[in-house]
Amino acid sequence: GCFVFKPSAKKRRLSEKTAHEFRSTSHDSEDTELRFLTCQSLWNQIKSETEQIQEDLNKQLLDNLVSFLSRSHSDLQENTTKWTCRMKFREIPTAALVLGVNVTDHDLTFRGLSDVLQDKITPYVALLEAKDCPGIKNLMQKLMGQLMNCDVEVDSLEDEDCVQVSQNRIRCSMSSLISWYESVTKKTDSETPSKKRNSSSRHLQSPPVVVIFKDMESFTTKVLQDFIVISSQHIHELPVVLIFGIATSPMIIHRLLPHSVSSLLCIELFQSLSCKEHLSTIIDKLLLTSRFPFKLGEKVLQVLINIFLYHDFSVQNFIKGFQLCIVEHFYSQPLSVLCCHLVDLKKRVYSLSSDQCENIRRLPSFRRYVEKQESGKQIELLTNDSFLKEETEKLLEDLHVYHENYVSILRCLHVFTSSLPKYPLGKQIRELHCACLENQVWETEEYESSLQLARMLNKTDLVNMLQQCVEILMSSSGKEFDKTVEKLKEFLTQFQNLEEASQERDVAISSQKELQKKTDLYHLQKTLLELKESRRSKKLTKFEILRFEVVDYIDRLVRQYLVPADNRTLHEIVYFNAATVLRGHLNAAPRTALHTALNNPHWYLKNQALKCDGGGISNKAPDICIVYKLHLECGRLINLVDWLEAFSTVVTAGEEPNADAASSDQVDDIIHARFIRAVSELELLGFIKPSKQKTDHVARLTWGGC
Amino acid sequence: MSRPEGTRSSRRCLQVKFVPDEDVLKHIADDSGTKVRKDKAQLSVSVKRFVKKLENISDNEAQEILEEKNYVAALGICAQESLGNGSNISGGEVYSFQTPKRSNKMAELASELAQTPEKNVAPDHSKCPEKMAKTPQGKMFLLMHVFSLLFQNKKKEFVSTTPYRLRKRLAAPDPYLESESEYSASCSEEEDEEEQKEVSTVLSDQKTPTKTKAASTPPPRNSLAKKIKDQKMGNLVEEYFEAHSSSKVLTSDRTLQKLRKRRLNQQTLHDLLKNAPLAYAAEIRDLNQQHESLFSKWMLQLHLGFNIVLYGLGSKRDLLEKFRTSLLQDSVHLVVNGYFPSITVRSILNSITEEVLEHIGTFRSPLDQLEFITKRFKEDPSLELYILIHNLDSQMLRAERSQQILAQLSSLPSIYLIASIDHINAPLMWDQAKLSLYNWLWYETTTFNPYVEETSYENSLLVQQSGSLALSSLTHVLHSLTLNARGIFRLLAQHQLEKKDNPSYPGLSFQDFYQQCREAFLVNSDLTLRAQLTEFRDHKLIRTKRGADGVEYLLIPVDESTLADFLEKEDEDV
Repeated sequence: GCFVFKPSAKKRRLSEKTAHEFRSTSHDSEDTELRFLTCQSLWNQIKSETEQIQEDLNKQLLDNLVSFLSRSHSDLQENTTKWTCRMKFREIPTAALVLGVNVTDHDLTFRGLSDVLQDKITPYVALLEAKDCPGIKNLMQKLMGQLMNCDVEVDSLEDEDCVQVSQNRIRCSMSSLISWYESVTKKTDSETPSKKRNSSSRHLQSPPVVVIFKDMESFTTKVLQDFIVISSQHIHELPVVLIFGIATSPMIIHRLLPHSVSSLLCIELFQSLSCKEHLSTIIDKLLLTSRFPFKLGEKVLQVLINIFLYHDFSVQNFIKGFQLCIVEHFYSQPLSVLCCHLVDLKKRVYSLSSDQCENIRRLPSFRRYVEKQESGKQIELLTNDSFLKEETEKLLEDLHVYHENYVSILRCLHVFTSSLPKYPLGKQIRELHCACLENQVWETEEYESSLQLARMLNKTDLVNMLQQCVEILMSSSGKEFDKTVEKLKEFLTQFQNLEEASQERDVAISSQKELQKKTDLYHLQKTLLELKESRRSKKLTKFEILRFEVVDYIDRLVRQYLVPADNRTLHEIVYFNAATVLRGHLNAAPRTALHTALNNPHWYLKNQALKCDGGGISNKAPDICIVYKLHLECGRLINLVDWLEAFSTVVTAGEEPNADAASSDQVDDIIHARFIRAVSELELLGFIKPSKQKTDHVARLTWGGC
Repeated sequence: MSRPEGTRSSRRCLQVKFVPDEDVLKHIADDSGTKVRKDKAQLSVSVKRFVKKLENISDNEAQEILEEKNYVAALGICAQESLGNGSNISGGEVYSFQTPKRSNKMAELASELAQTPEKNVAPDHSKCPEKMAKTPQGKMFLLMHVFSLLFQNKKKEFVSTTPYRLRKRLAAPDPYLESESEYSASCSEEEDEEEQKEVSTVLSDQKTPTKTKAASTPPPRNSLAKKIKDQKMGNLVEEYFEAHSSSKVLTSDRTLQKLRKRRLNQQTLHDLLKNAPLAYAAEIRDLNQQHESLFSKWMLQLHLGFNIVLYGLGSKRDLLEKFRTSLLQDSVHLVVNGYFPSITVRSILNSITEEVLEHIGTFRSPLDQLEFITKRFKEDPSLELYILIHNLDSQMLRAERSQQILAQLSSLPSIYLIASIDHINAPLMWDQAKLSLYNWLWYETTTFNPYVEETSYENSLLVQQSGSLALSSLTHVLHSLTLNARGIFRLLAQHQLEKKDNPSYPGLSFQDFYQQCREAFLVNSDLTLRAQLTEFRDHKLIRTKRGADGVEYLLIPVDESTLADFLEKEDEDV
């Protein structure tokens, strides 16, 4: 059957340009091209940034791996003279790479890994995936294909024809691989001094062949075992090094491979960074910075984090969500053209069209702002475009400053809250960030309790934190913090002074110690009571007073700088807040949509006749809804005749009851046909299936409400 | 309970604590009859359970709502932002367990929906009075049934987890019963319960309003909510397995054959539906227009490396078709009708390599082919391909390997995939790895369009359809055979039709058949006949079965009416 058709193949050449043009025209309103460009450049920046972060985070791991590989290799080199001892062992050096459950992120890691390896250790790297290797034959084929291709890359042009011959070779066996390896290494040896200095100086002589199993768990045990046994047989001819990518735990190696096989491996374990830490870094670098003008609103961030935590632990997906946010924002918000770096801001503000000015005036946050101004300025703002532009520029600059301050103070606050017992405001800075974005954080109970706890901190901790805060504020780009830093430093010196003063108090402490020597319960009780009373009456020590001051000062800073972004004027321009859109696209619930459509068609079809109280459906609902509703009343099997009868009862009652009796037969046929259609639609949707258990019955496939 | 039934006594002891009043009633009821003892036991258990539940209804609800809220909050839904789609329903509502319902509940609901109950009482439902006469116990017995029935009703309501409805029902239980009593259920022999319902509902009109009211007032709350909830969950699980373990089917035995309705074939069905006006056409058009406004956005997102998947009730074929005609005219694109019964991944890959890439040659495996495609697309950045797949979740594409290949295909940067899914379990096809390859953006596009094309290929338009399709295939295959072969098949068909009244007809034995064919000069040796039969079997025209005595029986696996139609047609042709 012909089920696929491909029209307009001739016009193929046209498509290239239309795609490009389309992008700029797709937006329906202002400044689309600029917006699109801004969006693209922003995304590219963020993308390269994330890649950089990923690289940095993996650096440690990769370095370890590289050193391991070169070590295993050099062992081989040294032992060339003592082949016999090597042969006895026949062990394959193996790196077990524990990468965590976020399988989707592994790709990037492996890509980085193979790049690094090809750069530093060996040109012969093969990446194998379980889905490509259902059998040992496929595995060998794949392996040889990759190795010989990389051969092309290294040896480039000259040997092309020779390589092509080898590629065409169908017989893929270990021996052919070995002969290939020998020929290749010999060639490089001979050529090294003359031509290939650059490339081969990095690679040592007779470089190892690295075989990477990306997803070790999904390989068939048979394939793995066979491969390991075979390559261990040939280890002295072909220096193979294996790398296992493991998502679960290193135990899996021993579960997959019997002892006889795993004893052929010389395994070293490597652990990659956990995905949570990865995410924290990403959030830290992408969101808690004023480098990027685009910001995520609280709900959006919450959605993204929740998808990460509850669904996949995938940093890639988080970034994908972030990308979607950017696209959505620039696509749906015409004013997002102003969501740019400060440098470009002025130009863009002044080139705004009058429509765009209207858009600004329509922003709720801007209206709130206008209402607060005195009447003369109000009129100016609402009527004079150029005045509005000036004001807008100023406000946006304010917003930028606000961000800079916000981030620094947030970090300071995090220094405090992250060391409190039980973490009332969360352990991670992202939690604190969400709390601050959501509403005025100082009004929450959690904040209250964390202040309480902060008032009980001991001195060393407090001093430590203050020092950290000073560092953060010093390094921040915000200009307003000079005074704050001074103040904090003053606190620090005061603490210093206290230390000296406290030595005087030692006397008092020692007197208390004397009391402790008497172990008499009665006395102890008495002294405790005394102590309690004295504490109640005693005025605070200097340290305590100072501690209160510090906490109060921090509190003041928080109130000043951590105002939620929603309260800022023009926050709509840089904040993306459409969490539901995002959630609908990333974390959709198809079954819920079906459920709603079937149970409450009025939700979609805005017809008065469909409106029904109590969430039920009327008898005028679409056929499939009625049929569905009726089938809900049945057990495991449904009698088609009963179903049909019930359906026609409903439908005839729903339609005009005074229909002619004469044409009833005709109507019946139509109803019959409609019933058939609705039933087969339900079958397509997977609610029922035909059953052979009883004639003219169908089986229900769902249990309960849906 | 004073009843000396050994096995159940322990359970009933518990009961005393909870419902002493009922206990008294049951004392009396017990004397009156032994026939219904079994049912009563079940009912009383449910009474007990219900009373317990009733105590905790409000607690439970509060807690459930709270939990839902937590979950909702966790997922970051915000209540104040109104949704454009229906995703504000909590999972509990969609996936809730319910008590299994009996067959004629459907009819009940139908009449309820029809809202004109008197008119809709079917004529064959007149058995009930006599059934009532069959239970000539005293009034007290009936009273008890009313009780248990009431409890059952309310239990059902409760389980459906719609607090609003529950409250409504609790406030006014009697009107509900009254409306029910006007309707009599279709009776089949298994349905003892129904019969009781009839009896009791009738009675409830006469007698017991005060008592039922008393019983339905909820007792004071207690703090066992959590425990009870667990128990409820446990019960529901048990109920599920109960309902699915018994092979006994509690449905009526009526069949479509007995209905004097003629079967509809594909063509008439199509014609009839064409004549029937589509309900709510205007609203559906509005809905579709809403979706069409998203086209440019889809295009943008496709270009940015996302792929798009559409879900929601209604055929999305027209929508995709419109997308194609309005935006893809100038670019290379591939339309895959996933619902087509013979589609394979191979054919998709073939059409890419052969038609799009204009490559001549075959591949050893789909993986090789995929690799070739990947290579070509990577080499030539000017190549772009849009793939539209109607019903990515169809039977043929559902398999893990097909999805893997499609996912890898879609992950190529210059291949843009837009697909639709309909099956409720479609998302289960994809694991994390595939999802990340697909890089989906989900779009809800509920269209309410009828699935015309999608269902037309299913030969499972249930019973009505299977006949006609078989008939067309029969004639089709037979027309390509020799005259003798057709004669052989006719012979078999005629024989089968003659024996149609015999339900245990095993088929025609091979020897008899051979004899008959020889007599009709259709074959000259049993080898030729066997060769012919093999051909039939290959086309699934006949089925062979070995009987207990080792004799081979031949049977045409088609129902009588189709067979008769077929013979009629053949007669016309000859």
